[in-house]
Amino acid sequence: MELVTPSIGLVFWTTIAFLVLIFVLGKFAWKPIMQALAEREQSIEDALSSAEKAKEELTRLNNESEQLLKVARAERDTILKEAKQLRDNLVADAKGIAQTEANKMIAKAKVEIDNQKIAALAEVKSQVANLSIEIAEKVLRNQLADKAKQEALVADLLKEVKLS
Amino acid sequence: MRIIGLFKPNRNKFILILAILSFSSAILFANEPAKNADSEHADAIVEVQDSSAVVAENAEATHENAKEEKFNPSELILEHIADSHDWHLWGHTSLPLPIILYTPKGLEVFSSSHFHHGEHPYTTANYTYKIEENKIVVLNAANEVDEAVTKTIIDISITKNVCSLLISVALLLFIFLSVANAYKNTVGKAPKGFQSMIEPIILFVRDDVAKPNLGKKYAKFMPFLLTIFFFIWINNMMGLIPFFPGGANVSGNIAFTMVLALVTFIVITVNGGKVYWSHIFAPHVPWWLYPLLVPVEVFGMFTKPIALMIRLFANITAGHILVLSLISLIFIFKSAAIATVAVPFTVFISVIELLVAFLQAYIFTMLAALFIGMAVEEPHAADHH
Amino acid sequence: MTGSIAAIGAGLAAIGAGIGIGRIGGSALEGIARQPEAASKIQATMLIAAAFVEAVSLFAVVVALLGNG
Repeated sequence: MELVTPSIGLVFWTTIAFLVLIFVLGKFAWKPIMQALAEREQSIEDALSSAEKAKEELTRLNNESEQLLKVARAERDTILKEAKQLRDNLVADAKGIAQTEANKMIAKAKVEIDNQKIAALAEVKSQVANLSIEIAEKVLRNQLADKAKQEALVADLLKEVKLS
Repeated sequence: MRIIGLFKPNRNKFILILAILSFSSAILFANEPAKNADSEHADAIVEVQDSSAVVAENAEATHENAKEEKFNPSELILEHIADSHDWHLWGHTSLPLPIILYTPKGLEVFSSSHFHHGEHPYTTANYTYKIEENKIVVLNAANEVDEAVTKTIIDISITKNVCSLLISVALLLFIFLSVANAYKNTVGKAPKGFQSMIEPIILFVRDDVAKPNLGKKYAKFMPFLLTIFFFIWINNMMGLIPFFPGGANVSGNIAFTMVLALVTFIVITVNGGKVYWSHIFAPHVPWWLYPLLVPVEVFGMFTKPIALMIRLFANITAGHILVLSLISLIFIFKSAAIATVAVPFTVFISVIELLVAFLQAYIFTMLAALFIGMAVEEPHAADHH
Repeated sequence: MTGSIAAIGAGLAAIGAGIGIGRIGGSALEGIARQPEAASKIQATMLIAAAFVEAVSLFAVVVALLGNG
């Protein structure tokens, strides 16, 4: 029975002890300890999250540079392609121009040649005519002792000339 | 202090490890009873201490009553369990403790050495006092106990338990103020030394006791839970030390546990929210059950802290009784040979008691947190019941 | 005489609590064996349940103590 009867003295002192503990420890121990623990956890969490962020940033940057590289590569390719095109075009144009020029020249030359030919032919014709006249004169001089014969021949020749 | 070391690697399993450790050490001791006496200094001291106490007891008994010789274990044990006005150190030496009495004629303070171990009465200016069965009584002129006057005095002496309690308080203040200081000095750094022993326990209380039971409101109750946990634990541990600074049965005293339970009850009641009170006075049952259920719920309000009180008291007292009974076996059988069995067994029980000391502090804190958690419950959570 | 009866009462209470705590421990072990990852949660719940059962037997012991005194 005595065991389960609380004594006033111990109740009194335990109450005082507990209240002192809860106030003193609460103010000077638990508060700073809990605060320090929370702060440390917060800082660890912050460090972890910032590391995560940095990692993300890094991957983002990597991706970006990759993207840039890709774009640059594509651009280079297009530029090259365009240049090639341009070159081809230029060559093709040059070729075309040269061709037409050549054609023109050829045509001109042909015309010239034709003209020359015609002129030459005309010359030859006139030469041939002169020669033939000379020959004819000589022949005629030889043959045309006889007047009748002369006249018949002239008539024939004239006929022939007209026909040609 | 091995417990704390074991805390670090795996907090959740340390209890198990400790239990295994205690069993294995017990087996070890059981296998080597001869070596045991040398290897376990502490327990050798328990034995010597207790035997000397018993001898002193017997000697005193023979002083008073020449015929009385028989060893009475239950008397011895009950005396060790109970409070006293002087602190027995060894042999015939004991530490006199101050006696403080609040009487109708004013405060009286004097040393208990005036009683000469309760054998002599002591007369002050106001009354004549005597110690009878560890209680201070007032004697009248005819040297008889004056019941009427005895009832009017209030005994708030520094008894053995109070003294032990104050030592515990001083220890707690020293430990935790220095640890708090260490936190100020190592801001943002890893814990060092003693701080790193205490920190896992604080985190254990916070993460395994407070957070699961109290949810988001845990921070408000952390000082209370931490104080109650360490206060109970250190008193349990002090009780397990068999010699001077320890050995008092503080946490196995109903007055101590009653105060803690009362504080817990006040915290629960003051913080009781709408859900808590509606659960008691308007439970979710048909109205005609109210006359039956409301008294039961109101009764339940009080049984919770009473259960806390009885649990701690009975567990710690049972541990002390067990250890003392085992040691008493030696004197019951009047044979030193029994010591080879009794002492290893006492070591075994003592190690178990180390575990119980922690476990009871944990359970008290856990249940306090659980009850507070029920009191501060938010309305939406209650709808699930 | 009352002391002996009180002792018997305390013993009976111990039987009840022993069975109760034994069952709790056994079930907890089964639970842990089935779900080792939930071991810490089961342990905490086990301790609380054991504490409740124990409290009942301790009440009986205290009643026995009262009877004894």
